[in-house]
Parts: sequence; C-alpha cells; structure tokens
Amino acid sequence: MRLTRRFGQNLWRYRTLTLMCLPVVVFFFMFSYMPMPGAYVAFTKFNYQKGIWGSQYIGWKNFQFLFTSGQLALLLRNTVLYNIAFIVIGNVVQMTVAILMNEVRSAKFRKVTQTIMFLPYFISAVLVALVVYNLLNFDFGFITSLLRQWNLPAPKVYSTPNAWPVLIIIVHLWQSTGYGSVVYFAAIMGIDAEMMEAARVDGANGWQRILHITLPCLKPTFVLLLLFALGGIIRGNFGLFYNLVGLNSMLYRTTDIIETYVYRSMMNNFNFSQSSAVGLFQSVVGFAIVVIVNALVKKIEPDNSLF
Amino acid sequence: MTRVTVHPRSARNKIKLDPSDRFIRGFTYALGALTAVLCVLPFLLIIGSSFESEEAIRKFGFTLIPRMPTLYAYDIIFRSPRSIIGSYALTICLTGAGTAVGLSLISMAGYAMQRRDYPFRNAVSFYVYFTSLFSGGLVPFYLLMVQTYNLRDSYLAVLLPLLMSPWLIILMKNFIKSIPYEITESGKIDGAGDFSIFARLIIPSMKPALATIGLFLAIGYWNEWYFSSLFLTSQVEFRPLQYQLYRVINQIEALRNSYAGSVVNIGDLPGETLKMATAVIATGPIILFYPFVQKYFIAGLTVGAVKG
Repeated sequence: MRLTRRFGQNLWRYRTLTLMCLPVVVFFFMFSYMPMPGAYVAFTKFNYQKGIWGSQYIGWKNFQFLFTSGQLALLLRNTVLYNIAFIVIGNVVQMTVAILMNEVRSAKFRKVTQTIMFLPYFISAVLVALVVYNLLNFDFGFITSLLRQWNLPAPKVYSTPNAWPVLIIIVHLWQSTGYGSVVYFAAIMGIDAEMMEAARVDGANGWQRILHITLPCLKPTFVLLLLFALGGIIRGNFGLFYNLVGLNSMLYRTTDIIETYVYRSMMNNFNFSQSSAVGLFQSVVGFAIVVIVNALVKKIEPDNSLF
Repeated sequence: MTRVTVHPRSARNKIKLDPSDRFIRGFTYALGALTAVLCVLPFLLIIGSSFESEEAIRKFGFTLIPRMPTLYAYDIIFRSPRSIIGSYALTICLTGAGTAVGLSLISMAGYAMQRRDYPFRNAVSFYVYFTSLFSGGLVPFYLLMVQTYNLRDSYLAVLLPLLMSPWLIILMKNFIKSIPYEITESGKIDGAGDFSIFARLIIPSMKPALATIGLFLAIGYWNEWYFSSLFLTSQVEFRPLQYQLYRVINQIEALRNSYAGSVVNIGDLPGETLKMATAVIATGPIILFYPFVQKYFIAGLTVGAVKG
C-alpha cells in the first residue's frame, strides 16, 4: 500500500523525465516487444491469409523437421565456427595492430594509418560484396585477370565452397580491424607510462616491453571482449554473408548461417513456419548463452557484468 | 594524450634503439603501408572500372587505370536521371529526418536514464537493454510490420526501425554520465524544470556525444538496404541508394528496368560498368565526408567500449 503510494508520488514528481523516456519506451514496445508473442508462429502451419493467430497449431513439428533433417546442425556449425574464427583471429589481429601502432613514434603516420584502416568499416555490406566481386569474379575479376595474364590458373571462387571460409574471414578482418584495434589502442594508452619508462631505462627492448608489460596489461580488455563476443556466438552478420553469397546455393554448405537461412526461407521460399522456428531457436539459445556468459563475467570482473 | 608528451624528444634520444626495436618499427611501417594499400585499392578499382569501357572489361577484366576511358556508364545513368535523383533525394530525406528524430529521442531518454535521482532509471534501462538479449525473431517482426502496421511499400518501414538501438542509447547514456551532475543540480536550485535543464544546460555540453551518435545514425541510414529489401517491393518508385545498388548488382532485370529508356538495344547495356558507376554514385558522399568525421567514431568507440 505504502509502496504503491510512493510509486504514484514518484511517477508524478518525475513525470518530465518519464515523458522524456516515453518515445523510446513506445518505440521498443512497438518494434521489439510486440513481435515477441508472434514467435508462436513457429508452432503453427502458417497460413498468410489467416495470419499468425488464425494458423493451425502443429506443436513441435517444425522443430522436429529441422533437427532430424540436419539443417539446423549445419547452420549452427557454420554460425558458431565463423564466430569462433572471427573472435580469435579478429582479436589477435586487432591487438597486434594496436601494439604495433603504439610502437610507432610518428603520430602522423599512426593517424593516417588508423584513418585508412577505418574506411572499410563505413561502407555498406552491399559495397563490400561488390569489392569482392570486382576482385574475384571468374570472368573479369581483377585478381583472376592478373593471374590469367601471368598464365596461372584462375580460381573459380564463386563455385568453390571451400574457398569461402578463408575469404569471409579475410573480408571480416578487412572491415573490422580498424575499429577493433581502436579499443585496444585506448587500453594501451591507459597503461602507466612510468612503468614503460622504467622498463626502458632498465634496458628492456621492444619485444620484452611488449611481452612483459603491454600484453599482460591488455589481458583484462581481451578477456572482456572475448566474453562479450561469446555472448553473441550464435548470431551472425547477416549483411556480410547475404551480400557475399546471395542466392548462390552451391556455396551454402560452407556459408549458410542462421540469419541467411531465416531470411531466405521467408523471403524466397515463403516458409514462414520453418524460418521462425530457426529464429526462435536462435533467440532462446542465444539468450541462455548471454546469461551464462554474464554469470562468468560477474565472477571474473564484477564491475563489468551487464546486469 | 600521446606518448610524445610523456617522453620529451631529448630524453628519448639518449636511449639507444636496440635491433629488436628497430625491427618492430620497420615492420610496423611496412605493415601500415600494406594495410593502407589493402584498404584503399579496392575502392580505386571500383572507381577505375566505372570509367572503363565494357569491351575492355570483357577482354582484360576490371582495372585501376582504364585502357579505353569512357563516361558511357555515367551517361546512361544520367540520361534518364529521374531514378537516380529520386534515390538521392529519398536517401538524403531519410538520413536527415531519421538522424534528427533519432538523435533527439535518444538524447532525451539517455539524459533521463542516467539521472541518479530518477527512480525508474534502472527499470527503463533494463527494458531497453532486454531487447538486445531476446527477440521474437525476423518472421514475427516482418509479419507485424506487414500485416498489423501495414507498412509494406511505405518508407516508414525503413525510417522507423533505424531510429534507435539499445547500443546507441547505452552509448548516449554513458556519454552524458561524464557531464558533472552539479550542472543538473545547479539548474534545480535555480528552479528550472527537468526538460529545460536538459535543453539549456546539458545539450550545450554534449556536442561530442551528439556528433558521434548522430554520425552512427546517419551512416546507418545512408548504408541502409536491409529493411528496404524486406519491405519495399518493386511497386515502389524510388529506393534508397544502397538498396538501388543492391538491386543493380543482383538483378540484371532491375538494371534493365531502371535504364531501359536510355539505350536503344537492351543487349548493349554495359552491365559491369553500370554496377561500378552506381557504386561510385551511391557511396561517393560517404567516402568524401569520411576524413572529416572519422574522429567522432573513434571517440564513440572508446566510450562505447566501457560499459555503463
């Protein structure tokens, strides 16, 4: 009783601040909370005319199909493996770049390099795909043409599924190294300068300073970024994969991730039920993973836990 | 901020560089130069190829420096300029409106969410944050937009979903948190209402935050193709630039429909150079603006890396 009165008082007293939050609250209600009950469509045989709630309930059948056909296993494998590669290779490359940048004395060189490395992060996934097409297209690609001129065999990249894991990792690195290394660079900036100077005076060379000071100091940042990335391990970068591969079904075996499958089965095959079953599976498992990871972060570094 | 201030030049020179230092430095310069090439070359290739003739591309592939330079692709695009000018106008309107509205809503909420005396701040933060942890998935979202809100073929379907994201709101909240609370307090003592404290005292001191988040929003709108591909069917007259580019790349049909009026024989359409020229036209402004705005992104990433 007292609590409700207090709540009412607060609501009135802070009405301006609440009103300032209101548009945001309404926004997420309309576009994030409203769709949630609609996940029910995963348990129906969806009929577009009848809508979600008028469609026939068929229980777990959609999920059963996905599990038994092996489709889900393939999507899960691709999504998780790509993410592991992105996380591990990405972080190592970003950290290396940040450390090396820090060794450079010329601020101008550092600034220019950073600026240029950031560039690929600004462009749309559509253009990224065009860049790859421009380089590797079998008929007119820049690289394939060069190889042909040198009388070397030109690879048929767009019909070789096994080339794509490497290619996609390279494209991912190309796009993300610039901005990822900024975070590490900021962490390096925070390292006590006196410690570095002391090591220098004691005669530690570049390698030794990196090995014994910079790397250990970056460990907390690394662990944290790693854990956050783990939270998203079954979520993929739809734009990148979909634009690179598109509807080239020859490559699906090695490139199809959950997001691309969900999008395709809805927009091209109009299989709303199956698509939403995969989507719901991803949401639920993804949520569980985040909760677990957060518990881990809480244990390791309580200040940095998400909730 | 840079290490140069910590070690004055004279002091540094006294310490001799040992070979490993020199190796690391040399390696870094080489690597820096290589990255610069890798990050810029692809763009130059697209620009170069857009000025190449279609025959030369068929014979020699895409090039940096055109062998048979021509403006044919641009000529075709601008011969019936309605489509590309419409796309430009639409993209500019979406970017302008979306950034302005999104930025005001995000900053208002961000201010309220970090006010330490606001009793509902944690509730609102969790309400917003939860949406990044769990979602209904693409299908329910799509059906809601199309069947309930009836937004198919409406530009609102592109404008609205990009207005804000939990990440941007949290970023804004963290930015505002770094403004001293005393400013708010002094406003309260002077008897100002919460909104006028925000509008008159806080906004002037959060320009970097507005620049950073405004830029994230603007880039999001300029690069938008995803919601367009979901909600804009072929019935729509104009499409955002990147979605137009997406269609030109992926659907030779779309290419023909867009440019059919401008060539006598559809078979003569220079498909490859058209893709490259459309890319240059659609992305040019971003690349031109980029050197002036990138510092705000770096600021944003450094703040965003710290959780709030």
